[in-house]
Amino acid sequence: MSGRMIADKVVKYILFASAIISIIIVLAIGFFIFRESIEAWTELGIGEILFGTVWRPGIDQYGILAMIAGSLSVTFGAILLGVPLALGCAIFLAEIAPAGVQAVVRPAVQLLAGIPSVVYGLFGMVILVPLIRNINVPGNSGYGLLAASIVLAVMILPTIASIAEDAIRAVPENYRHGSLALGATKWQTITRVILPAGKSGIIAGVILGVGRALGETMAMIMVIGNSAIMPRPLSSNPLTFFLSQARTLTGNIAVEINYATGIHESALFATGVVLFGLIIVVNASARWIIRTQKYVEKAN
Amino acid sequence: MDERSSEIALIHKAQALNLKKEQRRQSFWVALMWLFGLITVSILILVVGYVLLKGGTAINWEFLTTPPKGGLSGEGGISTTIGTTFYLVGLTLLIATPLGVGAAMFLIEYAGEQSLGSKFLRSMISVANFAVETLAGIPSIIFGLFGYALFVSTLKFGFSLLSAALAGACLVLPTIIRTTEEALLAVPNDYRRGSLALGATKWQTLYRVVLPASTPGIITGIILSVGRVISETAIFFVTLGGSYRMPTSIMDSGRTLALHLYYLAMDTRAFDKAMGTGAVLVVMIILINLLIDFVSRKLTAGVRRVR
Amino acid sequence: MKNIKKSILLVVSLLLVTALIAACSSTSTPGAPTTEPTAETSTVSVSGSTTVQPLAEKLAEAFMTENAGVRIDVQGGGSSVGVKAAGEGTSDIGMASREIKESELLEFPNLKIFVIARDGIAIVTHPDTPVSDLTIEQVRDIFSGKITNWKDVGGEDQSIILVSREEGSGTRAAFEEMVMGEDVLIAASSILQPSNGSIRTTVSTTPYSIGYLSFGYLDETVKSITIGGVVPTEPNAADGSYPIVRPLNMLTNGEPTGTVKAFLDFILSEAGQKIVVDDGYISVK
Repeated sequence: MSGRMIADKVVKYILFASAIISIIIVLAIGFFIFRESIEAWTELGIGEILFGTVWRPGIDQYGILAMIAGSLSVTFGAILLGVPLALGCAIFLAEIAPAGVQAVVRPAVQLLAGIPSVVYGLFGMVILVPLIRNINVPGNSGYGLLAASIVLAVMILPTIASIAEDAIRAVPENYRHGSLALGATKWQTITRVILPAGKSGIIAGVILGVGRALGETMAMIMVIGNSAIMPRPLSSNPLTFFLSQARTLTGNIAVEINYATGIHESALFATGVVLFGLIIVVNASARWIIRTQKYVEKAN
Repeated sequence: MDERSSEIALIHKAQALNLKKEQRRQSFWVALMWLFGLITVSILILVVGYVLLKGGTAINWEFLTTPPKGGLSGEGGISTTIGTTFYLVGLTLLIATPLGVGAAMFLIEYAGEQSLGSKFLRSMISVANFAVETLAGIPSIIFGLFGYALFVSTLKFGFSLLSAALAGACLVLPTIIRTTEEALLAVPNDYRRGSLALGATKWQTLYRVVLPASTPGIITGIILSVGRVISETAIFFVTLGGSYRMPTSIMDSGRTLALHLYYLAMDTRAFDKAMGTGAVLVVMIILINLLIDFVSRKLTAGVRRVR
Repeated sequence: MKNIKKSILLVVSLLLVTALIAACSSTSTPGAPTTEPTAETSTVSVSGSTTVQPLAEKLAEAFMTENAGVRIDVQGGGSSVGVKAAGEGTSDIGMASREIKESELLEFPNLKIFVIARDGIAIVTHPDTPVSDLTIEQVRDIFSGKITNWKDVGGEDQSIILVSREEGSGTRAAFEEMVMGEDVLIAASSILQPSNGSIRTTVSTTPYSIGYLSFGYLDETVKSITIGGVVPTEPNAADGSYPIVRPLNMLTNGEPTGTVKAFLDFILSEAGQKIVVDDGYISVK
């Protein structure tokens, strides 16, 4: 074997090594976060951590249900506000906007995706929180789910919009032609033909948006108030639920990790394990939907 | 006949009515979609415009060239945080780029290889693909937690640029792998066949032919990653320490622009300076987006020429 | 040929990084440092309490102007981190804004404690709040959630918005110890902010809010409340009439030497203590 053949082999294995680095990193992340959390799981008990509603490290109470509820509530709020906007934006870009308008809106969506989350957080702190504070409900501080949901909705908009747009564009051109030839209007074509055909891609986009929302940290710390309580309505009006302060799983970690030692630190890693698990499930389901779509396409 | 034609006329009339209704419905929804597009653009203009306008007044030469000072009172400028940002970006990419490009080359160029044979390697490749997708979805605070547990505590790198860059590399790795993969896929197979036919080995083919042809795509990935590191806060919040002195070695603590913005907004009342820092960040991100646009245009132009 | 050079560079760095990562992932046992973080004696790393942090920054700035070539890195983290960092040697100096716990002294028996200043904790409200005096009992009832409306302490008919520090914070620990007592807990519904600065920001921008702050952070953006008529000022804290006072500590692992010692000496010198007083803290001299 000549020298360059050996070099060829060596390079192959170096490249192979870098290819499996990703596997090593994922395993290492799982391993280290779980290893650090073992103390909390074994000493406090899984049920105590997952279903405990009281987070009080000072008196050794480490229930993270309030944070799970906080994360889910703020994600729900963001989806409620962000998804219609994102889908509308995707339909607009893919089917309606003339090329000139697309050339403005698409870079705008891209830029929205690139803006650092702290800038959104700052914007929320300076503009949204004082605005929301004007809603006259006792105990309303402005910080809370509403401000966080609005900020988050803007942050997940680009993710959902761009994936949904791709999904809509991927619908074969002859679907459109067929529908229009049958006398359907453009809007009927969009709602009855294109959206159903691109459904799974759109759903996957929304799910990935959920993943992004669950994972956002700094902007949440800045506007949500960080109270470790179950979000609850501030008055008899159930809508004031969104004025409640809350804390997300991510915020719980970021805000306290630097202050924590011993079992407290371990409980924060346990929070990380829960977040990690949640995200893996969410992203895997998005991937699963995209994959089944591909099979269907192939079958067709 | 008359009866028949009047019937047809009626049907036509009904159809026309129906059509009108549908058209009215259509114009309503289309208008709504326009509105949504408009809202998206206005959100951007609102956020970017507000930050640039408010922050613009805080930005001057002195702000950009003096270091922060006075503890948490928010005095001084942002010079060292700009320096630290670039330092950290460089370090992160120095770690992530070779790994990411190498991984992508293996996943694309070797995955289809017949001689690869072994079932083990094949399954490793599909696991690696799965791992890259998983990495891409992991929230940054998890990378931060991981970096804190492994680099800061276990390996005792402390709160340092090294810890932060290693954790940051995990964040940008999937971006670099995916964009490089796309760039490699865009290189026509004829290139590879031609080079191999001339007697070049696989690696020679890769680095003399395939890699140069895919450079713009790889650069796009790198620029994207630069943007992600500049914007990232959560990872560095728990691994970088936050000292605002200019780091002189990779074992030093530091504070990036985004982190400085967080501290200014949360810890001081210097909202004007926070806005100024935000404006600098936003301008950087806009420049990066323009750069990506420029490079990818070059890329498509190159591909067109090839065809 | 530029490409070949680039590729070689690429491969070399790839090898290095692969080796590094491989080394990292194989050493999962603690206590196997591959690099010494504080090799240079002229660099001093300080970390811990965010209460002590701004004071330490100013002291470091002054010390660095006098001693060119010395570099002092001041990082936050919180009191618990300060104790841990000093004890484990990840930082040369740890900062803590509370008394060191017995459990911590057991874990790190070599800790040397330097009280560099004393600090009062002031009760602060949004500047528009009409209430200007509270008793310690009222403060306790407000923070425990027993009193929820300003009208119960002589203010307007408005809900009180509580702003508090994180669990693990030295200021919170000191506040709990000196105001809340053993069994009374701070209400869970309070807004929690991760530093003194963010407490000040939140209280100053949120009407009807109340929080507690280290003296060093007091400024005109928040209103400080008198406790039983005693104004939260340094003289009142120094002579013991203001009730909420705690020590600010710096910690080293064993007897300090070299630059670390010089820095601590500077802090305890007249020039250093002047900075302490200028910043609104109480001198230990």
